[in-house]
Amino acid sequence: MLDLYRFGITEISAMIGKGEISSREVTASVFSRIAHVEDRIRAFVTLTENHAMDMADKADRGRASGNRTALLGIPVAIKDNMCTKGIPTTCSSRILQNFVPPYESTATSRLLGQGYVLIGKTNLDEFAMGSSTENSGFFTTRNPWDAERIPGGSSGGSAAAVAADECIAALGSDTGGSIRQPAALCGVVGMKPTYGRVSRYGLVAFASSLDQIGPITKNVKDCAVLLNVIAGKDSMDSTSAPVAVPDFSAGIGRDIKGVKIGIPKEYFIDGMDPEVEKAVRDAIHQYASLGAIPVDVSLPHAGYAVATYYVLATSEASSNLARYDGVKYGFRAEGKDLIDMYMQSRAQGFGAEVKRRIMLGTYTLSSGYYDAYYRKAQQVRTLIKRDFEEAFKKVDLILTPTTPTAAFRLGEKTADPLQMYLADIFTISVNLAGVPGISIPCGFTSNSLPIGLQLIGRHFDEETLLQAAYAYEQATDWHRRKPDL
Amino acid sequence: MTWEAVIGLEVHAQMLTVTKIFCGCSTRFGSEPNAQTCQICIGMPGVLPVLNRRALEFAVRTGLATNCTIAEYSRFARKNYFYPDLPKGYQISQYEHPICEHGHLEIVIDGTVKRIGITRIHMEEDAGKNVHEGAGAFSYVDLNRTGVPLMEIVSEPDIRSPKEAAEYMRKLRSIVRYLGVCDGNLEQGSLRCDANVSVRPAGQKEFGTRAEIKNINSFRYVEKAIEYEIKRQIRVIEDGGNVVQETRLWNADKGITESMRSKEEAHDYRYFPDPDLVPIMVDRKQIEDMRTSLPELPDAKRHRFVTDFGLPEYDAYLLTAERSTAEWFEAAVAAGAPAKAASNWIMGDLMKLLNEENRSFDDCPIKPQQLAGMLQLIDKGTISGKIAKSVFDEMYRTGRDADIIVKEQGLVQISDSTAIEKVVEEILAKNPKEVERFKAGDEKLLGFFVGQAMKATKGKANPQMLNDLLKKMLS
Repeated sequence: MLDLYRFGITEISAMIGKGEISSREVTASVFSRIAHVEDRIRAFVTLTENHAMDMADKADRGRASGNRTALLGIPVAIKDNMCTKGIPTTCSSRILQNFVPPYESTATSRLLGQGYVLIGKTNLDEFAMGSSTENSGFFTTRNPWDAERIPGGSSGGSAAAVAADECIAALGSDTGGSIRQPAALCGVVGMKPTYGRVSRYGLVAFASSLDQIGPITKNVKDCAVLLNVIAGKDSMDSTSAPVAVPDFSAGIGRDIKGVKIGIPKEYFIDGMDPEVEKAVRDAIHQYASLGAIPVDVSLPHAGYAVATYYVLATSEASSNLARYDGVKYGFRAEGKDLIDMYMQSRAQGFGAEVKRRIMLGTYTLSSGYYDAYYRKAQQVRTLIKRDFEEAFKKVDLILTPTTPTAAFRLGEKTADPLQMYLADIFTISVNLAGVPGISIPCGFTSNSLPIGLQLIGRHFDEETLLQAAYAYEQATDWHRRKPDL
Repeated sequence: MTWEAVIGLEVHAQMLTVTKIFCGCSTRFGSEPNAQTCQICIGMPGVLPVLNRRALEFAVRTGLATNCTIAEYSRFARKNYFYPDLPKGYQISQYEHPICEHGHLEIVIDGTVKRIGITRIHMEEDAGKNVHEGAGAFSYVDLNRTGVPLMEIVSEPDIRSPKEAAEYMRKLRSIVRYLGVCDGNLEQGSLRCDANVSVRPAGQKEFGTRAEIKNINSFRYVEKAIEYEIKRQIRVIEDGGNVVQETRLWNADKGITESMRSKEEAHDYRYFPDPDLVPIMVDRKQIEDMRTSLPELPDAKRHRFVTDFGLPEYDAYLLTAERSTAEWFEAAVAAGAPAKAASNWIMGDLMKLLNEENRSFDDCPIKPQQLAGMLQLIDKGTISGKIAKSVFDEMYRTGRDADIIVKEQGLVQISDSTAIEKVVEEILAKNPKEVERFKAGDEKLLGFFVGQAMKATKGKANPQMLNDLLKKMLS
């Protein structure tokens, strides 16, 4: 019996399609893998094995009656901030520990429409606020490449689950790098699509103007397949864009001769790990040898991105998280009166980082400070967006490292939130500008930690992104390496 | 010292949409608590609002009807505060970019037209309702009303008296009812009014410190509450004190306003643009299309009633206050009723009867054509004006046509001069003393003879003929 859990969507789908294997077999294989490694990885907040087996059987019956959808019977892990009807959705927060949504997110309902198999809900930094899963209200997920290191975050559970073969693919969400950063640190592929490409309906909001759902997969082809399913206008989300969805798989395999790739000087900074820099420089050479043309570009406002992000994201979060008040659902603490109940519920229900961000955001929106912080940050956001527009007049893609360093040690940055915030220094601008970005494996450090390469594209041009990512992937074998578990 | 009041009104109008402003739940009134809710209006994690286009259309129509500029770009904003009836912890409203601005409407005060500026009209969602009922330590929350679409219509501080304030409210009510965007019911809360009131020495340019009065839920209270507040503020100042900027509640039982919270306790709502809703873009063409589709509004109707029908201003004003009244009147005229006579009957007998039963012209038991028919009977001399009164009452009671009532009850006016002559002869013969006194110069007795003749004919004698005959036969 093959270790089916090792494969990606495309291979499994082909095997199921040909009737060589059943979804039940794949799903069982994935759960045997989980049984073998999960206590070392801790990627999942909730595992739904019985439910998954039922879904697998349903998929197998569907196949028997002629269903050939791309995700039919494919075991997928979902970050635990996407609502799944009847299945707990906690955001890794005590305040939602017992929350079971009576509705399905649009992204997962599109997966359901394809007959996918839900493996479980993956761990994250509480409400997606963090870069390591150390802010999870429950536990920290471990990096499959080194259990003493963090998997990145906030979609650390999803990225670790994919890297450890505890699922065939996963969905994550990315507000400032939460898909790309953990994908880079776990050595897998992760894409944040263009803002508006994927419906946010049912994604528990952190920062609404930045949040975007995206795939985390074992290879670029799988990323395209998953994106095909979740992308597109949704009448339930007015910020989802009425833009036609191409077949993202179609561009894959096209060569990249003459594609102009911008190298922004602002992204090769002091303090960057030399091994990371070398891997990324090598990738640029690799692209040149494939016929792409590296071009120097500048994103002059890049240095303001982190500050801008932490004003806007926290402002929105302070309002988005106001609904967790103990009145209607979720955790409620006893209080001597209404105000006390509010305060106790939120004091006990939220973790330290979430509270820190609520306080920051409340402050930046306060009367008298709004102009200096929120409004100013919006203005800078416009400048950052323009930086990209200018650059994309000259180039088709922008190439950067995904992170300044490989995975850091557990606890290394927890004492200093600002150091933690800088883990997203290369990914944040992409969310502010709303453009798509993908992280793909581009090498390993001397102690065998994965390094990620980020490609950034024009608005709604995920096609070129996938085309270029695939070309690089085909020319290298970084994505084939697996952690030793 | 003479004092001048400065008043601005903030009016919340509940829009008559079938569904809520950001989800598909019904807006129907009076269901079981929380029966009309879904994950969206309850503010469950991860849900998103989607604007009901009908609510936008209603707001734009109201803006056009009040001479506002319609914003081609407007935005929703979040108003953040904690309260159990506010499930998201914020209300979706508009702040920096409202849908309508810079409008005005006209009111008539003591025969003069006065223009009241409208600062802005914006859309927002209603909150739910906390219910403090029954025994036990708990309060309950009913979220049926959460997400019902509201317009907030903010006036300029152009209002100078309680009477003007009430008139402004009446006009606004009239307009939203004409448009069909709000039922205008103050008592049921579909039209709610907060008043900003301050006073200043007459002639002074600067405004005084204002208080905001909430909880005014009838037209009568609009006047009473503001009147009280003006007097209270004058008293405070004349006693050497200062008016405090605060929110006050109108207590209808005591007939006073009471302090609710001061400026220091005022909320910081931390407004910011709602990132879940894309900016609202309305292009010029859409605005012009909506403008052409507006119904004729009270002011235009009033002017037309004066010029087309020759009605006095007063009649026109009264008849056009309600669209249903105006339409009823026009239908009667179209059916052949003389305009002034129709107006008299509508403003007099008909309104009185309808008011007694709390009915509107929409369910008036008399059809406009029936009034026209009755007026034609008067015109032709078939019945007298006096008889018409009882015919009218009968029409109202039974809904039957005037000519049938007249025929069945034998109410046809006697216009046969020999028949009247015979009656007069009999009366004169029966009352020789009065005849003598009349001839001696007591001409007031003519009324006595008329009365006797009417009594004898059960009121059916043609009054003009009777008068003429009496005079002739007595001379």
